[in-house]
Amino acid sequence: MSNTTSLPTSEAPAARRLPGDLAIWVFILSEMLVFAVFFAAYAFARAKNVELFNEYQQTVNRDLGALNTFLLITGSWFVVRAVQAAHRDDLPAVPRNILLGFLCGGGFVVVKIIEYAAKFGAGITLSTNTFYMFYISLTFFHFMHVILGMVILAVIWVQARKGAYTSRDAHGLESGAAYWHMVDLLWIILFPLVYVMR
Amino acid sequence: MQYKSQAVAKPYFIAAIGLFVGQILFGLILGLQYVLGDFLFPAIPFNVARMVHTNLLIVWLLFGFMGGAYYMIPEESETELFSPKLALAMFWIFLVAGALTIVGYLAVPYATLAELTGNSLLETMGREFLEQPLPTKLGIVVVALAFLFNITLTVLKGKKTSISIVLLLGLWGLAVFFLFSFYNPVNVVLDKFFWWWTVHLWVEGVWELILGSFLAFVLIKTTGVDREVIEKWLYVIVTLTLITGIIGTGHHYFWIGTPEYWQWWGSIFSALEPIPFFAMTVFAFNMVNRRRREHPNKAAVLWALGTGVMSFLGAGVWGFLHTLAPVNYYTHGTQITAAHGHMAFYGAYAMVNLMMISYAMPILRGRAANSNKSQVLEMWSFWLMTVAIVFITLFLTAAGILQVWLQRVSDAPLPFMVAQDKIALFYWMREWAGVAFLVGLIVYIASFFVGGEEKQA
Repeated sequence: MSNTTSLPTSEAPAARRLPGDLAIWVFILSEMLVFAVFFAAYAFARAKNVELFNEYQQTVNRDLGALNTFLLITGSWFVVRAVQAAHRDDLPAVPRNILLGFLCGGGFVVVKIIEYAAKFGAGITLSTNTFYMFYISLTFFHFMHVILGMVILAVIWVQARKGAYTSRDAHGLESGAAYWHMVDLLWIILFPLVYVMR
Repeated sequence: MQYKSQAVAKPYFIAAIGLFVGQILFGLILGLQYVLGDFLFPAIPFNVARMVHTNLLIVWLLFGFMGGAYYMIPEESETELFSPKLALAMFWIFLVAGALTIVGYLAVPYATLAELTGNSLLETMGREFLEQPLPTKLGIVVVALAFLFNITLTVLKGKKTSISIVLLLGLWGLAVFFLFSFYNPVNVVLDKFFWWWTVHLWVEGVWELILGSFLAFVLIKTTGVDREVIEKWLYVIVTLTLITGIIGTGHHYFWIGTPEYWQWWGSIFSALEPIPFFAMTVFAFNMVNRRRREHPNKAAVLWALGTGVMSFLGAGVWGFLHTLAPVNYYTHGTQITAAHGHMAFYGAYAMVNLMMISYAMPILRGRAANSNKSQVLEMWSFWLMTVAIVFITLFLTAAGILQVWLQRVSDAPLPFMVAQDKIALFYWMREWAGVAFLVGLIVYIASFFVGGEEKQA
């Protein structure tokens, strides 16, 4: 692979190439398919219960949801910076930005736990109603992906500290970054869908 | 063969094929009983024939898995098996226990068998697929543990490859989930709930790992594609299997008294279960297309491609047909399920075992591949059995659709037995397809005994 910079978020000037490993993209697309089916199921269920969904949507904590959106987008920004740093061989900046991205993920997890504590404390379960079934299922499934994404970032951080990612080979970093962006992207759909749109 | 101890796989393979024949014979008896209700009654009642048919299937597949593992692990680990003697001892124990169990099913009424074998001590019998008497179940655990001990120690003392790690994961999962067969709570909902932890998490979870691992091994050997490429595919397949398959268990929890959210969870996750199977199809074809050498064993490659396609069709497509809760509401427990079961078991697990046997047996018999004559015969058996199972599946699907319509959807739903009478034609056609399958199986066995010029190992 040539060392021309091609970022996950931009088009390569000359030959277009897939950032990261093909396998991670198969994985990402499958994951997104699972979520897509879940989102479609949500839409389908909502269409049959618009009033119930509108009523209970009022009871979820939109502010915490918005804060989490901010945290994830910021996290993705740091991860982009890490990849850019690797492409210009700014080796110390790679682990630093990955760590910052990881911390944003950690912030998301803390906020989400606060949100869950309030809901579960109020006695809400999967069987409360269809809206809450989707709210808990979707956000928890996504929550598990944030944790997996953080595990991946942690592994990348360890590797990056050893100087594993350079302009010549940033394959592993790009793969992990792509996965983290997916976690972010899914939330960007999930948040308006479940918390905001009515 | 590279390692002497791989030879222990041979008796396992032979037993697997023998039991396979038994399974098919009982399948034919069973198929005939669908249309001639008192055929062989009272000697072999329908419920007994069914139990023998399904139990023989499970046992022969387990023999195949064990044989495959004993063959593959020394080669992957680049070391002799930890204890070939233990492997042979376990073979005989498993074979005798299995045979006694089948004799028990056939010789005495099931209730008497339960009484004789101490079911009152720990009540585990009487549940579909887990009908085995307590001593047999305990025997399975002992054999599985000794087998895992043997295999795991071999891997630990030798090279650890991704393929062998995935196989170990699958085999350990197989053993762990079997333990749920000992858990039989009085509450019928809980009983069914955990019963699926053995049944579903076997066939739609850990067995898929075994399948992926065997497929990867044979593809490496026959195509010469880089291990790195093949292992990457294997990882993707394993991950996809686990993402979809574990929560996909929920598609069995629609109507058994579990909370409603299972209808959503089960539908969504299991709807995606075809993906890992599709990945396996693409994987098999991709690797064969990118092959770096022409392996003399063409038959093994055919089985590898076959299992890729047929597992996708049988497990993936036919599973998807009735996996969504609103569809399953009508199709639950009809011939649609039987159609899916037949093609999925054949396509995924029977074929992967036949692939492993096809690849390993010639080598165990001291040659790289069988003679051309023998391979041609084997390929004939491949097509006969595969086409036969396709027809069995299509006839059962037709029977199932009609059954759903007549019995559950139409304005004037018919009673079960009346609907059964009306679809008898499809049962007759299924039976004839079954006969064709048996012919294919006979041709398969014959392929082991024809001579001809063989390629040296």
